[in-house]
Amino acid sequence: MIIGLGHYLTVAAVLFTLGILGIFLNRKNVIVILMCVELMLLAVNINLVAFSVFQGNIVGQVFAMLVLTVAAAEAAIGLAILVVYFRNRGTIEVEDINTMKG
Amino acid sequence: MLLQALAFYVFAFVVMASGAMVVVSRNPVYSVLFLILGFFNAAALFVLIGAEFIAMILVIVYVGAVAVLFLFVVMMLDINVTELREGFLKYLPVGALIGVVLLAEILLAVGVLGSDAGALAELAKSGPQMMPVENTRAIGRVLYTQYFYLFQVAGAVLLVAMIGAIVLTLRTRPGVRRQRIGEQLYRPKEDAVTVVKVPTRGGV
Amino acid sequence: MDLAIKLVVLLPLLAAAIAGLFCRVIGDRPAQLITCAALLIAAALSIFVFVNVGFGPESGKLFVVKLFSWMDSGTLDVVWSLRVDTLTAVMLIVVTGVSSMVHVYSVGYMADDPGIPRFMSYLSLFTFFMLMLVTSDNLVQLFFGWEGVGLASYLLIGFYYDKPSANAAAMKAFIVNRVGDFGFALGIFAVWMLSGSVGFAEIFAKGPDMARTTIHFLGMDLPALETACLLLFIGAMGKSAQIGLHTWLPDAMEGPTPVSALIHAATMVTAGVFMVCRLSPLFELAPVASTVVTLVGGATAFFAATIGITQFDIKRVIAYSTCSQLGYMFFAAGVGGYSAAMFHLMTHAFFKALLFLCSGSVITCLHHEQDMRNMGGVKEKAPQTFWLMWVGTLALSGIGVPFILGDGLGFAGFYSKDALLESAYGVHTMAGMIAFWLGTIAAFLTALYSTRLMFMTFYGKYRGDHHTWEHAHESPAVMLIPLYVLGVGAALSGLVAYDWFVGHDWQHFWGTTSIAATLNGEVLHHAHEVPVWVKLAPLVAALAGIALSYLCYIARPELPAAVVRRFPGVHDFLFNKWYFDELYDRLFVKPSLAIGRAFWKKGDGAVIDGLGPDNIAARAQDVAGALGRFQSGYLYHYAFAMLVGVAGLVTYFMLAR
Repeated sequence: MIIGLGHYLTVAAVLFTLGILGIFLNRKNVIVILMCVELMLLAVNINLVAFSVFQGNIVGQVFAMLVLTVAAAEAAIGLAILVVYFRNRGTIEVEDINTMKG
Repeated sequence: MLLQALAFYVFAFVVMASGAMVVVSRNPVYSVLFLILGFFNAAALFVLIGAEFIAMILVIVYVGAVAVLFLFVVMMLDINVTELREGFLKYLPVGALIGVVLLAEILLAVGVLGSDAGALAELAKSGPQMMPVENTRAIGRVLYTQYFYLFQVAGAVLLVAMIGAIVLTLRTRPGVRRQRIGEQLYRPKEDAVTVVKVPTRGGV
Repeated sequence: MDLAIKLVVLLPLLAAAIAGLFCRVIGDRPAQLITCAALLIAAALSIFVFVNVGFGPESGKLFVVKLFSWMDSGTLDVVWSLRVDTLTAVMLIVVTGVSSMVHVYSVGYMADDPGIPRFMSYLSLFTFFMLMLVTSDNLVQLFFGWEGVGLASYLLIGFYYDKPSANAAAMKAFIVNRVGDFGFALGIFAVWMLSGSVGFAEIFAKGPDMARTTIHFLGMDLPALETACLLLFIGAMGKSAQIGLHTWLPDAMEGPTPVSALIHAATMVTAGVFMVCRLSPLFELAPVASTVVTLVGGATAFFAATIGITQFDIKRVIAYSTCSQLGYMFFAAGVGGYSAAMFHLMTHAFFKALLFLCSGSVITCLHHEQDMRNMGGVKEKAPQTFWLMWVGTLALSGIGVPFILGDGLGFAGFYSKDALLESAYGVHTMAGMIAFWLGTIAAFLTALYSTRLMFMTFYGKYRGDHHTWEHAHESPAVMLIPLYVLGVGAALSGLVAYDWFVGHDWQHFWGTTSIAATLNGEVLHHAHEVPVWVKLAPLVAALAGIALSYLCYIARPELPAAVVRRFPGVHDFLFNKWYFDELYDRLFVKPSLAIGRAFWKKGDGAVIDGLGPDNIAARAQDVAGALGRFQSGYLYHYAFAMLVGVAGLVTYFMLAR
């Protein structure tokens, strides 16, 4: 069975959905949220590379690299915020983060 | 061909499973480790498809830097292993439903499902092609010429991220004395020197 | 002449305006002086007018002074104009005479009151409205005066505005009058619809035509003129306190005594009688309505007199007496004896005003005591009041010596009351007979309660507080002089005016323009030919009443109490005014209040407010609260919301293609 574009796209879609579900099904702590964001970005990368290869256009892979860069930067900043938050609050329980309550 | 298909299915399955386990694990360290596993398998997928440069970059950057960073923070923050809250189970049905719906729509949109299922085949040229040029060389040819500006901007983004991380987490400990050059240079005359009339043989 | 007429009507208005609007500037004494002077000048001018209209070379004629146009809309053309004929002239004398005397009296009576200018202004204002009423040349102007006197009555009854009972009485007067005014307004509309005009000249000319037509109403064909006259009479019933719409008159005694004398004895309450006499050409052509008038009048005469014999408040007795005497006037007008009714109106004005003012004198003498059970022996302390009140009482009872000097010699009531009863008997109709017998019994009762009042107040031993007795004194001259003037009127007006009203000169005096002369003539003719016993009946009844009263209150004072013990039911019925107030309370007042409360609480409160502003506000709060729960502060809730939103949008776009 030839593995076609569709298969890779399916994998990416599933990963993406898992990442989204992870964000709001998560009741434990904030790090899992950040990890789910990484999952979603991975899914996007898979999508980009798959399209790039199957269409013979290298731009997709260049884009994927840039996505990687940004993902790394964002993970760093996110974790820095988390660390500072933990210093101030003493907890990273998701359910304790409700000071934005309206 | 069969091996290729088999490899694909194995790697794909593991990626999806580890993604699920990231969400579901009780121990946050386990979550990070499952994330690492997922990244590795995704890299394998990339190799399969012929984008080995991206695969290696994925391993080096994501696994080597980002996931390790996650691990550092998890261990530093002394997070308790907690029970799975009821909230998870309460929202699971609705969330799963929404997730399934979203998945179906995405697949519908890209043409995997639905009436346009055959159209994808036309998009693809015949299977993964072996480039006459290595992947790395191909990317290099394009990245430093056509997309040079973006390359530089990516560097700037990383710089900003670094500065941001430092700014956020830097603590000044009390009791540490440091030179503040600005203050030193701008000290006014009145703070530095006092003119006192001293009588002879008097002392200050 | 024209100028005199205009001045008579407008001087009181001017005085009222000055005293009312500038009371702060000019002060008490000038306000009194201005209003009294204006009224006295008006009284003098009205004597001049009366002489000219009644006896001069133009006697019996009609003067119309047009002022200016009021409404000119389509076929409705109302002009402010003053119509002066004999009827008007008589009323002018009565109104200005009594009003000027009351003004002078009030200077003394209200001397301690803080609101003197307001009082004098209201009195003058009332006089203006009454004069407007009697000089009106069309129904709308008459209604203007009608409403105006109602307003002035409200203001004056409620003069002591810090007394809740006075406020309630004022409202009661106005509201009960309003019921009558509603009928009156309907009557005016009917007359206009039938004749196309509201001016008296045109209406009287169209009278026979109107009598032939019918009004179609609710599937019935009603005789037009009868209906209109009936409706107009309802207005008169309200204003003149006939049975059914009489409940306001006794409560109106909450006002100061001069008010009672002016409004509720001499002028406002006689406006109904005046109106019936003024519209006599129409009533002449509406026999059914006239019969109703007769019966209502007779019933009132009897009914009010029965109540009067049980009351203890000195002013209430006189108020019921007024109600009763008005009934007399109405039944005379009902049978067609309009000039006799006006005769009694004039004499009644004098002696009733005299009685009220004398009672006011007694009240101030005993330092605001009004209950007769706490009086007695006052004749030693206030002899002039005592003698003057006897004059009034004898006039009211109709005491005189018959048959000497042609028509007899007596006090004013003697002539006028006899004229009324003879007219009623003389027409020989069923209604007239009923009225005659009711009137004769009422004459007996009238004498009874009037002399009862005299005996309880002035004779015997004083039953009240000793401290008050020490300080009791006769009234000052400013209060006594009006009493004397009115006393002269009460004593002599009957004798002097007999010929002009019902005697030989009546036709010359009244002319043909004032009242329905032909009918009046027939009635008077029959009245003169009644049997002797009829002529003597009222006198005999009165003397019997006096005798009984003497027996009960002088000779055997324990007799009244014994009678009350024997007939407790009858006494309660009479003492509680035939339970009219309680009946009306249950029939009209309580249901109206209940309806009002229902509309307020349920209609306005629950339905309109509840469905409108309150409801919208509550729903807004609910929605806001519900929406507010979305802002939980939890990140995953927000993420979930975003996810749902994204799914929705994607679905929408999928399906929209």
